[in-house]
This record gives sequence, structure tokens and C-alpha cells, in this order.
Amino acid sequence: MSKFLDKGAFLPPSDYKLLPLKFDRLSHGQYVITNFVGEYLVIADDDLHNLIAHTLTPSAAIYPDLLAKHFVYAPGQQAPLQLLALKARTKYARLANFTNLHIFVVTLRCDHSCPYCQVSRQSEDRAAFDMTTEVADKAIEFVFRSPSPAIKVEFQGGEPLLNFEMVKYVVRGTKEKNKVFQRDLQFVIATTLSLLTDEILAFCAEHDVYLSSSLDGPEDLHNANRPRPGRDSHQKFVAGLEKARGALGYDRISALMTTTDKSLPRVKEIIDEYLRLGFGGIFLRALSPYGFAIKTKKFASYDTAEWLNFYKEGLAYIIELNRAGIPFVEYYASIILTKMLTPADPGFVDLMSPSGAGIAAIVFNYDGAVYPSDESRMLAEMDDYKFRLGHLLENSYEEIILSDVLMDALETTYTGSVPMCADCAFEPYCGADPVYHYATQGDMVGRKPESPFCHRNMEVFKHLIELMRDDAEVRRIFYGWANNC
Amino acid sequence: MGQQLLILGGKVIDVRAPVGSHARIVSVSTNAALPIPLRPSRAFLVKGATIPDGFGHYIFLESTDRGIPPLPDGAEFTVLPRNYAYLGDGDIIRISPADAAVRVLFRASSSHNSFLVTEQCNHYCLMCSQPPKRGDDSWIIRDIERAIPLIPKATPELGFTGGEPTLAGEQFLSLLRLAKNHLPRTSVHVLSNGRAFKDYRFARQYADIGHPDIMIGIPLYSDVAPLHDYIVQSNGAFDETIQGILNLKQLQQQVEIRVVIHQQSLPRLTQLCEFLARNLLFVDHVALMGLEMTGFTKANLESLWVDPFDYKDKLSEAVGVLEKAGMNVSLYNHQLCLVNNDVHPYYRKSISDWKNEYAPECDGCARTNECGGFFSSAMQVRYSRHIAPFSPNKR
Repeated sequence: MSKFLDKGAFLPPSDYKLLPLKFDRLSHGQYVITNFVGEYLVIADDDLHNLIAHTLTPSAAIYPDLLAKHFVYAPGQQAPLQLLALKARTKYARLANFTNLHIFVVTLRCDHSCPYCQVSRQSEDRAAFDMTTEVADKAIEFVFRSPSPAIKVEFQGGEPLLNFEMVKYVVRGTKEKNKVFQRDLQFVIATTLSLLTDEILAFCAEHDVYLSSSLDGPEDLHNANRPRPGRDSHQKFVAGLEKARGALGYDRISALMTTTDKSLPRVKEIIDEYLRLGFGGIFLRALSPYGFAIKTKKFASYDTAEWLNFYKEGLAYIIELNRAGIPFVEYYASIILTKMLTPADPGFVDLMSPSGAGIAAIVFNYDGAVYPSDESRMLAEMDDYKFRLGHLLENSYEEIILSDVLMDALETTYTGSVPMCADCAFEPYCGADPVYHYATQGDMVGRKPESPFCHRNMEVFKHLIELMRDDAEVRRIFYGWANNC
Repeated sequence: MGQQLLILGGKVIDVRAPVGSHARIVSVSTNAALPIPLRPSRAFLVKGATIPDGFGHYIFLESTDRGIPPLPDGAEFTVLPRNYAYLGDGDIIRISPADAAVRVLFRASSSHNSFLVTEQCNHYCLMCSQPPKRGDDSWIIRDIERAIPLIPKATPELGFTGGEPTLAGEQFLSLLRLAKNHLPRTSVHVLSNGRAFKDYRFARQYADIGHPDIMIGIPLYSDVAPLHDYIVQSNGAFDETIQGILNLKQLQQQVEIRVVIHQQSLPRLTQLCEFLARNLLFVDHVALMGLEMTGFTKANLESLWVDPFDYKDKLSEAVGVLEKAGMNVSLYNHQLCLVNNDVHPYYRKSISDWKNEYAPECDGCARTNECGGFFSSAMQVRYSRHIAPFSPNKR
């Protein structure tokens, strides 16, 4: 008689308790279940039925996974509840830090005239479209009202380099003030690089400024998307990139792509261009429906299904690159995978709930008006001032941050309570995005079945989960991406 | 082949001390020029012809060619078998005249000194290397209390193990306080199943000791309660251990998770690592460890043994999960030739010096100095069929 008890003495209980879970259908008759901290499990139809009916047997093969991912627990156990609470606190930890990203629109003037651009002006009139020092001073004061220990100041336009004096003014002013506040400061200029000079680079090197640029793909595509006098946007970008990498550091310059209808058949070429130019990844973005993009109906010129094909084809190609030993990341997937596979929330504004607009990021427009997001100031450029939170020269920090419009947007669109979102299995990965739904449907909450945002993201979430389900190698690659943010 | 295994305790050949005297815990000295005031508290290890006066005790090694040289009048002495020849300056030994026994408590030349606090345990792990015993063994703690002040102040690390040391409750905490106050520069490592720290008050008392460098190593063998509880043979263990870890981390204490890999823990090893990365990302260290072929492992060998060669890919996967999550991971008790290259950055030469050996198959291996080798117990019980020496020109 052995002095050791056999496994039968330690079976999981048949009177298990359910923890909060939501589910949705996947391909091949399977389901995905998720909990509110973003853990997920692919589960067979009959297992799901048994689970919910409390008829799952202790010997069911799926049982340990349900325990480990906190979908069920044994009566009387405390650890699962404590761990879930801890993961929820971790996921929402960033809310307490409030605003990190502060966007300064230093000018609306631009040397490009991209058809999908929301805001740029072809104008020599500095007085009309440039930020003044008076506005900038107030904005800097505003920045340090945020409790966030890390502060990112991003310069946008138009083309910020057309008002570089103001960039310098804000960088110096912020750093001066930071001698007292001691935050972890970071500066970024969103620029096409076309107007980069040695003087600008010297300033960026001295003040640790990052550059965030735009690359839409191969030369012909990029130049078609981004017209400028001389039709040389791509050449200017490549030259600027090389120069900036040498002056600032290889990883100090990032690039974002904008997807247009012309991009749709060319995803591999676009990715190859990023690869060729030495980038470690690409962000396969959907076209945003704002500003001139709405006006010109550019965003409607292809539908969500087409974009999804584009995305899936691109993702498949990137996975092949990784299989071949070339580390390359698709950043949208990496943001979502971080939510799926880690306890962290990367805080990507579009995929935050409560909405990231206004609290994770805030925009100081050139004219002193304050908006909760880049997209909402673009609406304002089309004379829709729905999201104007106030004015730096007229309103206090409290008036702006506690404005009805921001409070309403945050409260009414929280996905934990919005109809359909609240029941959606993918809610832990998704975002509220009130500005998008207002812009496309005239309502901050919107009707989700008709929302391209909802359709697109649901498909991406399912696709990522199915890819991981079907291929262990993909799972390994995705684990690497998940911890990339 | 292989080095001599150290003998750490047993019978003495001869001992002379006043009749009925208690056990002595003494620090060994080899310094014949030791200042007189320091001598009464030390045992002089006689290796040459010179025998200085004034030591509290004298130690001889059994010798065939000559007897005991003349000693100062009335001096106490002990004659030890030759296999204690490794004893050196600063070592601490316990001599018990009543039962003619000796035990080496501390070796100054080793970096693996560890005190067994109690043999009692509330677990009964399938692979326990130190099978628990019932009964009052609080004398052990009293010995340790006497030994700690004798330990050289420059000692880098000291361990406390068991049994389950926290079963000693307040006495266990007192030992840690003693270690902190006598050895403030010595880092302390405790091996505990962590369950006692489920009691927040106890965890708080532990944290309040304020030791500047203490780590508590807590085993977690599965991501789910039924399997962990089976391996440790105690229902409710997982739930309490997790709560203990959470309390300790809430109190900002250093915690290490220790996972022993065997046939029972292996099937969910990757899931366990995913669980750690998701739920306990804030622990300070994760140690993945090979099986030690001693204690209960021998009794349960057929349900525990798995050749490390057969799980090396799974090990790589598990390490990969922890590595990608940015966790601090180490691989202990494995042989270098049985792990994939991708885990080499986490490979540690970990087996205690008095326990390790190399196999006959290791002959001519170019990398034994990087390899932890085997627990000597493995040589007698079982080890991998796939041990293969690294050739000198191929790494």
C-alpha cells in the first residue's frame, strides 16, 4: 500500500462555479470564450454547452485550461478571485495616470496635398494657421497638470517643420518647466521628412526628439497618395530617413502607412518597401473616415471586406517572413495580441475603453482650441465642433477636462455597458471610439451591426485567434509580438 | 571518474570531553597564529606537527602512521575519519560527545550553505529530496541559533530550508532576524511552500524583519490546483500558496518560483509558464529544475522519470514563454548536452558542490566546467541515455 494518494484524490470538483465569461463562434464548429481581463480559450461546441450547464465532468480534457484561465473555479477557493482582481487592476492601471500623449498642432500649413488628408492647408499665411507663443505657453502649463509620470509631446500639422521655431519653443519651454516637475519626457515630430535640414536634425539630436513619418509603399504608390510640388515625396522620404537615422539613431524614426484604394492590391509590395528600408514592422491601417477623407468619400471607396482581405494577405505574408527567420511585426496585431496574451494594456487610443480620447491623449490645436483626439480636430476643420472641449486662452484645465462633452463621450461609450459591446466576447480587446461613431453615424455610441469599426475589429480578433489555434508556430511568433509594445 | 562526494556527518573515531557535556558548536581554525583571546571559542584543526595552546577544542584526522601528538593539559579533542580532510578555516561543526557524532553545519569554502530548519512538512511531495519526519526537532533551531553568530561575516549567501521552515513560526522568523543582525551583508535564500504567508499577519511579520537581501523560493508545479495538489499530496495547497505569493509581493518581498520538471509536471509546463507570465509576472525569478534522484523520487521513479533529452523542445518552449514576457528565468539541475542552444543563456551550473558528479560518458567532454553535471544520486539511480561529450573543437 503506497503512502502516496493517487490522482483520483485530487480531481477538480464537479460542482464548479462559473466566473464571468463571454463567447462567440469561430470556424470549424468551435467557439472562443473570453474573460473580462482578456484571457481566451478555444472550446468545442459540446464542451461549451456542458460548461454553461454545469455538466462538465472532472475528467474533461478542457477542464484544467478552464481553471487556469479563470473561467471556472472550485467553491471555496480564493486565489482565482484574487488573481482576476489583480489582472483587472493591472489592465486598468493606466487610467490613474491619465493623459500621457499631448499633441501640439503647431501649424496647419503643409507642403503636401494628400487627397485623404484631413486638415492641411496650402497657404503662406503664417498668421492664420500657425500656433502662437501665447497658446503654446498655456498648452505647456496644461501638459504638466496631467498626473502622468511619463509625458509624450507630439508635434503635428500640417507639416510641423514649416513652423519649426514653434517646435523649438515648445521643446525648450517644456524641458525648462520639467526641471521642476521631473516627468519622463519624450518628444516626437510627425513629419514627412521632406523639409528636414541639418539644423533641424542637430536640434532633434540635442533634445532626444523622435521622428514619426509616413511611408505608403513603393515609390509610385507613395507619390500618388502624397502629391507635392515636384512629385518627389518618396525620394524626399528616403533621403530624409537615411540622414535622420545617421544623425539620431536607427530606431528613432518610425513610419506609418495610410491605406487607400490604390494600396489594396499591393500589400506585399508595401511590406517589401518597409523591409527594404530597414523597418522592423509595419502598421497595416484602415483609412480613417475623417476630415477631407469623409468629404471626398475616399474612405467609402472600398469597403471593410476589401480592407480585411488586404490585412489578412499582408499578415500572412509577414508571418511567412517570420517563419523564414526575419523578425518583422504587424503593429496592429501586436497591440491586440498584447491584450490577448499578456496582462498589460498597450493603451492604443482607438482600442481603449473607457475611450482613450481626451484621457489617454489630448490635442492642442494651432488656434488654441482643445480636442480629445486628432480625429475630432479634423471634424472641427469641417466645421463640426462637437468635440471641442474648450479653448486654452478662455478655459481652465478643470473646465476642459470636466467638460460635458468629454464626460458624456467617456460615459456613454464605455464598452462594458454599451448594448451589444457588453455581451461581445471581444470587448476586452476592443475600444469605444466615440469620435469614429459620431463621424460615421452621427452618434457617439452608434449602431454596432452597421459599424465598419466593429465589423473590421471583430474580424481581426477572430482571425488572430484562429491563426493561433491552427498553427503552433504562429502562436510562438505572436507571443513575441505580444510583448513587443 | 567524478570527484569525491563529501561526507557531512557521522560517527567520530574518538572524542574527549568532560563526561555528560552537551554538544559543541564550534568554528574550525587552521590558524596557529590566531590571537590568544580568540582561541577558546575555536576548534583547532591539527594538520602539522605544531599544536598551539589555548584552543577550546582540537580536531585530528585519523592517521595510520602516528597516534595523537601530545596536547595541552586537559584539552578537549575529537578524532575524525579521513574523509573530513576537506574541513577548513571558518567551517562550523557540531560535535556531540554523548553519542560520538559530528555534523558539518557550515563550510566556508562553499557557496551553497543551507540550514535545514525542521524536518517537518505539511506537504508530502512525490519527488521530495528530503522526506519529512514528524516529531519535535526544535533542537535543530537551537543549533542554528548558535551557529549563525560563528559564520564568517563575508559569507555571500546562506539558505534556510526544510521540511517546511515556516512551520517553526516565530522561531523561524527569529532565525532570519538573527541572520540579518549577525550577517547583514549575506543574502538569504529561503525555501518554503509559501502557504504560511496566506496569513497576511505572518507575511507582514516576515516583511517587517526588513532583511536587506532575502529571497523566498516557492515551488509551483502546475497552473491548476488539482495537479499541483496531487504532486505535493495536499488538497488546498495551490490556493494557499498563490495567496501567500500575492501577500509577499504586495509587501514587496522578493519571490522566486521553483518548478521541478518530471513526468507529472511536464504535460502542463508550457501552460504553467503562460500562467506565470499572465498572473505572476511580478515575481523576481523563475527556476526550472531537473529532478533530483533521491528521497521519494526513488520510490516514485516510474511515475516521475522522464529523460531530459525527450523534453528539450518542450523546455525551450517553456523558457521562450518566460523569456518573451521579460521574466527572469534560470534553468537548474540539467546537463548542458541535454538542452537546446536557445536555453543556454538561462542555463546555470547549479548543483550543490557536495552533490555533483559527472558520468562516465562525460569523459573527454570539453565543457564540463560550464556544466552542472549530475546529482551524485543520479549516478546510482538513473540518468539520461543521451549524455554525449562536447568535442573540444565543436561548441
